[in-house]
Amino acid sequence: MKIVVTVKQVPDPNAPQGLDPDNTIARDREVVLDPGDECGIEIGLQLREAHGGEVVLVSMGPEKARDAIRKGLSMGADRGILITDDQLAGADALLTARVLAAAIGPESADLVICATESYDGSTGMVPPMLAELLGVPQLTFAKHVEVDDGTVTVHRQTDVGYQVIQAATPGLITVTAGIAEPRYASLKGIMAARSKEVRVVTAGDLGVERGQAAETVEGIADAEARAAGEVVEDDGTIGVEKIIGVLQAAKVI
Amino acid sequence: MAKIWVYAEQSQGRPAATSLELLTRGRELGDVEAIALGPGAREAAPALGRHGAGRVLVNEDPAFVEYLAEPATDCLAALVASESPDLVLFAFSSDAREVAGRLAARLGTGLISNAMDVESRDGGFVAKVPYFGGSKVATYRANARPAIVLIRPKSFEASESAGAGEVVEVDAAIGEDSRRSRVVETRTEAADKIKLEEAKVVVSGGRGLGGPENFHYVEELADALGGAAGASRAVVDAGWVPYAMQVGQTGKTVRPGVYIAAGISGAMQHTVGMKGSKVIVAINKDPDAPILKMADLGVVGDALKILPRLTEAVKAKKGS
Repeated sequence: MKIVVTVKQVPDPNAPQGLDPDNTIARDREVVLDPGDECGIEIGLQLREAHGGEVVLVSMGPEKARDAIRKGLSMGADRGILITDDQLAGADALLTARVLAAAIGPESADLVICATESYDGSTGMVPPMLAELLGVPQLTFAKHVEVDDGTVTVHRQTDVGYQVIQAATPGLITVTAGIAEPRYASLKGIMAARSKEVRVVTAGDLGVERGQAAETVEGIADAEARAAGEVVEDDGTIGVEKIIGVLQAAKVI
Repeated sequence: MAKIWVYAEQSQGRPAATSLELLTRGRELGDVEAIALGPGAREAAPALGRHGAGRVLVNEDPAFVEYLAEPATDCLAALVASESPDLVLFAFSSDAREVAGRLAARLGTGLISNAMDVESRDGGFVAKVPYFGGSKVATYRANARPAIVLIRPKSFEASESAGAGEVVEVDAAIGEDSRRSRVVETRTEAADKIKLEEAKVVVSGGRGLGGPENFHYVEELADALGGAAGASRAVVDAGWVPYAMQVGQTGKTVRPGVYIAAGISGAMQHTVGMKGSKVIVAINKDPDAPILKMADLGVVGDALKILPRLTEAVKAKKGS
């Protein structure tokens, strides 16, 4: 079976956060393959190991995003497609989905795997848009996935448990971070990744035009800040005493 | 008057809290109408009407609950084409965002997600979207018609108005190929606990607790306080606790009377989901942790030592 995994390079979630003077998220931070995507790649590799086939990584981003694809190839994916184009800088969710759909469509994948949401944007809007544009069903929030004879089954995480969801392939699944522990790239894998193909394409190559954005930024303001509170250093008793005081003032106890 | 639509999620006749919140806000923006789909839609209609929906468009086709996203997308796309609403509001919930995403892609309009407010301005709509952990707010103008905006739960207080709500049966308009992603079975794992969103006290734990074997300290304090336990994304991702306990941008949004964050650094993913709490208490070993800067009371110390003592002290106070 052919599996496509979408991957994204994001600012390192473990590095300190900062804003540039123009109020955009500081870009000078260390960038890494989105940890959620590592889980998607892991599931892709497990399915390939069980059923044979190929795992293709597709990413939209700056030239540097090649590093994210390379990391996935080191884990064992077969090849990558990097869509990089200055015209795509600051793309919104729909433009991102259109670009990804244009790159993924010709692959005729049996399964497209996305993370439930990215670590930086965390809005999870691209996967349903991508499923719509590819004309395939979506099976989302998967904490477990199986493929058997042209049918994909996922356990979809809900507030109170899970749903068992089934569809015929081709389909798109989104996976939660807890679905599998991503493997480490072995030295052999890292060496092998160097000779794996990463095809670089532009929006023009894919025939995608930018079009009108869904939104225009009209302004940025500071949110109503919470008044600074009291900070105490615990000495073995004062921490508990102070918290009890707060709970009593709030009439919780 | 602008025509405002609310995609009113409901379950077996009970409207979701977010449906009522969105209607309450929507009626200030124009003529608000609700779209309720699936079994129970008719039963939910009176409550939707009381919260401002002049019309409630319903269809009870079971396919709306038996299949994910696509049937609802088909129905909404057909309704949008024939009725031309100016604004369609969705809750930023896991089910609604999947429908909204497909709809926005099909209509080619795009959408604005994760908003905390929406307003009429200069003949159009602008949405306020928190970012950087909710410390900044961006104002976005929606460029397309209909504008599609997804709004975070608990952004508005629901209230009733005088309206009655005319119930209008609409065509399901489900496409031949849209019954694909089928719900085969629904399993419930934990139901008898106090719901995070409804708890008056929430105690949440993060990576600072060291490991899943220590998470019981959080649960014990929550129990002693008659509240609910939550968690940061970091520990949910690490598999310590289920996703249902996640507080944050994509987890739950909570606004309890008291929120106690133990061993949580205060990443923006988390803070946007709890900064509306009345009183915030943070316990963290790191005096530079961002959470201490937004807490009403910050305690610099080891949560593993403080939590059990606090639980004992709470029990003693409650007993006395």
